[in-house]
Amino acid sequence: MSAVWSITKKELVSYFTSPIAYIVIAIFILLSGFFFYSLVWWFNTQALQMSQNPYYFQQVNINQMVFAPLFHNLSIILLLMLPVVSMRLFSEEKKMGTEELLFTSPVSVIQIILGKYLASLVVLLAMLVLSAIPTIFTFIHGNPEPVPYLLGYLGLFLLGAAFLALGLFWSALTENQIVSAVLTFGTLLLFWVLSWAAYSARGLWRDVLNYLSFFEHFDGMTKGVLDTSDLVYYLSFAFFGLFLTHSVIQFRRWR
Amino acid sequence: MIETEQLTKKYGDLVAIQNLSFKVDEGRIWGMLGPNAAGKTTTMRILTGYLPATAGRASVAGFDVFEQAEAVKQSIGYLPETVPLYPEMTVESYLGFVAEIKKVPATRKKAAVDRAVQIAGLQSVRKRLIRNISRGYKQRTGIAQALIHNPRVIILDEPTIGLDPAQIKEIRDLIKSLKGEHTVMLSTHILAEVKEVCDGVVIINEGKLMASGSLEELARSFSQNDGVYLKLDRTDGEVLNLFRQLPGLKEAALEGAEIRLEWPWGQDLRTRVLKFCLEKNLEIKEMRSLAMNIEELYLRIVSGGMEQ
Repeated sequence: MSAVWSITKKELVSYFTSPIAYIVIAIFILLSGFFFYSLVWWFNTQALQMSQNPYYFQQVNINQMVFAPLFHNLSIILLLMLPVVSMRLFSEEKKMGTEELLFTSPVSVIQIILGKYLASLVVLLAMLVLSAIPTIFTFIHGNPEPVPYLLGYLGLFLLGAAFLALGLFWSALTENQIVSAVLTFGTLLLFWVLSWAAYSARGLWRDVLNYLSFFEHFDGMTKGVLDTSDLVYYLSFAFFGLFLTHSVIQFRRWR
Repeated sequence: MIETEQLTKKYGDLVAIQNLSFKVDEGRIWGMLGPNAAGKTTTMRILTGYLPATAGRASVAGFDVFEQAEAVKQSIGYLPETVPLYPEMTVESYLGFVAEIKKVPATRKKAAVDRAVQIAGLQSVRKRLIRNISRGYKQRTGIAQALIHNPRVIILDEPTIGLDPAQIKEIRDLIKSLKGEHTVMLSTHILAEVKEVCDGVVIINEGKLMASGSLEELARSFSQNDGVYLKLDRTDGEVLNLFRQLPGLKEAALEGAEIRLEWPWGQDLRTRVLKFCLEKNLEIKEMRSLAMNIEELYLRIVSGGMEQ
């Protein structure tokens, strides 16, 4: 375990001594702040109009009208930005020749993978926590339900964790960081559009496509429903990504 | 301390090394010599557990490289050809990180870093970012990294490549200071380096073992006798006849302007020859060893394809 932590620490030093982490976090906060602001503004005008009619006023719900769309927007931003976080994890080691140091140390490949993955999760966590600060004010000035709010952030974290595992896999395959980022980005987009394909598909095929799509599983969480199958989906996706990373590294050395 | 047996590595159809068997004793410095692409780096990567071999066995510090990989990695310090440095770290934090992944206990980490800094002469740059230090210091940091967990075996892949002559000398002195406490294996294609630093060599070419042993052993295996070439103020048959009276001498012959004197291995007649020349009032202009020097040896082995 201490070996995993050593690798994580080293990765975090790399993240936070290079501009990458700062830029990614700053832009994420900026965009999420913008979306949050415009959604709250839109919510206020809507609420004002709806207050004219007692029936509609019952429908005013800050969770449904602000947070659910905010989480959907943030999930797309994560899809665009997390490949940049994961791209250097193995690619850079390979390019710099430092992987030879790692793989000749008495540390297992699994520990190396976990250490790196954990560091990228810390960056993700920093993005989410910092971007959540403005949203706390809705609890001071209003009364949103905390459960769907928290579940939404949990959903974003799980989604991001799955993205990063996939990114880790691609970075283990190439020594070029750009290639690694583009491949991650491409694969993530593919999983995104699976849900579009599902609309036109029928029967079992439709169920399969829907199950594989990232965002189908995310939808429930933004509405405050925690389904274990969604949880299993994200965790198994992340696990599968790490497993593939391990296989790729072993295969490269043993061929 | 390091032993290989019929070690073979293939990359697809390309044979990188073939049936390599050699042995390095404890506490010695051994050179691995060969032209570029001879298989030096591949051999070292197998010994350090970075690459698996296709066939054969290898053991380091008594552990099997394939079956006890972790124990082997624990007892080896390795400097790969590209020095594995993280430019965004300071020398000190980098060495600290390496100490952690080499499983130096947390309580001894600081002492281990201090010791490595001391040995590698990095005191003046220990707080600086690796990206900002000179090539020579980067190389030293690489060596410090290999020493950090005080390993029994140190493997250095081309440790002096790309350095200026003064830096080369410093690194060589550093390597020589490791002798005794550590077993060192270094690869190089610089012959002078072997002569200066190493106790013995493994010579490989095109993936095959051409020769291995201590420098003296190798010299012996290529000539039957030890001896000297002498250049005197006068060289003629009379002088030659004088030498033939010298006890212990096996052969004395004229070779161009020089006299070749030979005697069996194991007894050194050099002093006797000197005294003899003084007695007979012969002035010595030059005297050099008959045994092949490393350059001749290497060229003969690599170009002649003589397998032992």
